[in-house]
Amino acid sequence: MSMNTQGRPTSPESVSMSSIETVSGSRGLLQHEDLLFEIGTSETTGVDLPAPKGTKNRLGGVTRKVPTGLPGLSEPQAVRHYMRLSQKNYAIDLGLFPLGSCTMKHNPRLNEKMARLPGFGDIHPLQPQATVQGALELIDELATWLKTLTNMPAVAMSPKAGAHGEFCGMMAIRQALIARGEVETRKRVLVPESAHGTNPATAVQCGFIVDEIKANKRGRVDMADLKAKLEKSDDIAGIMLTNPNTCGLFETDIKEIADLIHAAGGYFYCDGANFNAIVGRVRPGDLGVDAMHINLHKTFSTPHGGGGPGSGPTVLSEALAPYAPVPFVVKDADGMYRLVEDIEGVASESFGRMVAFHGQMGMFVRALTYILSHGADGLKQASEDAVLNANYIQARLKKVMTAPFEGYCMHEALFSDAFTAEGIETIDIAKALIDEGYHPMTMYFPLVVHGAMLIEPTESESKAELDRFCDALESIARRAAQGDEALKGAPYLAPMRRLDETKAARKPVLKWAEPEEAPPVAAE
Amino acid sequence: MTRYTQPTTFYTEDHEWVTVHNDLATVGITHYAENALGDIVFVELPEVGAEFAPGDDMAVVESVKAASDVYAPIHGKVVEVNGALSDKPETVNESPTEKGWFCVLEIKDGAEIAGLMDEAAYKAYCETL
Repeated sequence: MSMNTQGRPTSPESVSMSSIETVSGSRGLLQHEDLLFEIGTSETTGVDLPAPKGTKNRLGGVTRKVPTGLPGLSEPQAVRHYMRLSQKNYAIDLGLFPLGSCTMKHNPRLNEKMARLPGFGDIHPLQPQATVQGALELIDELATWLKTLTNMPAVAMSPKAGAHGEFCGMMAIRQALIARGEVETRKRVLVPESAHGTNPATAVQCGFIVDEIKANKRGRVDMADLKAKLEKSDDIAGIMLTNPNTCGLFETDIKEIADLIHAAGGYFYCDGANFNAIVGRVRPGDLGVDAMHINLHKTFSTPHGGGGPGSGPTVLSEALAPYAPVPFVVKDADGMYRLVEDIEGVASESFGRMVAFHGQMGMFVRALTYILSHGADGLKQASEDAVLNANYIQARLKKVMTAPFEGYCMHEALFSDAFTAEGIETIDIAKALIDEGYHPMTMYFPLVVHGAMLIEPTESESKAELDRFCDALESIARRAAQGDEALKGAPYLAPMRRLDETKAARKPVLKWAEPEEAPPVAAE
Repeated sequence: MTRYTQPTTFYTEDHEWVTVHNDLATVGITHYAENALGDIVFVELPEVGAEFAPGDDMAVVESVKAASDVYAPIHGKVVEVNGALSDKPETVNESPTEKGWFCVLEIKDGAEIAGLMDEAAYKAYCETL
């Protein structure tokens, strides 16, 4: 037989280190990483190319005379830098990402495969339209799905984010008011106090004045307050409302709200950020909605950020459809797809153009892939599973945490900090969750609930994963209820300990600067 | 109508304090408000010359937690603002009722002062919250 002659031990021995500080700054296989400026120097370069022959400097007097100061890095240095940073990050591909209101759901790999097909991935928006008929058809087909799922007659595909979609919807409302000759008089937009911050911002950006509506004890719009605000109605431009709302609750009076707004001569903008909770169950068009953006990254599983701009197609009612922005795709009688780009003919009442080209093609491909791979029944099931998962979390955790509103929730479970002992706050619970290997939940939002913790598991998670998460949060919540002071120091195990948010906001360091040389030690 | 020849301080339900002295009213936010907001990181002040009605958004305070509007407590025209807050917003936390004042209003209607709370009433009000 062959012998283990090198004396290599094959089982661990029970010895522990007294200190976990390391010389390199790395912790185990989690590498310490400096800034790019600290790794490379401006004297080194990552490429070694011969000087080009037979070329002449044509920059004349504008040639740079001082060095850029940018560090030169070799390819392995640059690759390792970003790889190491990515290891310090948290991602939906790593684990449950419970950020309420953000819908951090799985991005199916099939979406990615389709988006990389050369016919979608390698085309250019300035190509002749005859050569990109498939791409235009895809935009048109996605538009048809979005109109069908919302029961709305028109959709603007070009907005590049949720807030951009809000801007599109409010601009359409503004244009409708211009057409009615009432844009100078109808200035007031009602916004519930639980709204996403982008709602009032959009209204103001479009020249409207925001009037806040209160929430009732059930976390919904206070109808008495709404009616009082509508008593004087000749200055009402509309309402901006999220449904399900930011407390994760369905606005049960939504139809009456829509009727009241319409009777007052205003329009109903619905923030579609939470459409993922109701796809296949509720059609916004049936609720009296005039405009609603759809975050493709929330409801239709495209990546957040989208490797560039996101995408926020905005559906419009009959009343607002004529004012939709250009460009949009139409199918001609001969079966050819065509872009309407000029403000004339069918687009003569359009409020204008919002983006340089036609929208975020990569996101369109991914969203349609998601839609087609799920089918209408699958989309409905995804909504139902998202709601079921959130209710599972609510049911498990409300035994130890405080659920501020009675009854079932929609796609996200909301808790207040009422259960915590004096001195322990929401942020301590969030930071302790990092030590358990989870990204924290959304905290201190919505503003209508004290110390809010908003948890959105999405339909992507299995029951086993939900249980693992609930076990972790439940244990932290119990410690918070008992006043465990150790929570104030969390996170203990993350690459960075608790950061000073106040100092970061008051004295932000926005630019790297050469460290000042240490002053010479004074001679004695 | 009382004319306040000595500085006298009143309060609103939205936690602004108003120190009235002759025709001028100095406005800031109370200790209760700055404590609830947490560390203040930004203050947006009104412009000198701006005119406000009660309840108008007059200034903005931003803490790490949230941004909040500061409402005008009475009708008035801004005659002076505390520019030092732009560089040192933490002053509002450190000295809310003295160095952390926001602006001085020229009082339009002295009768409005009667609608504000005095210190005892404000203290009682805070205890109900």
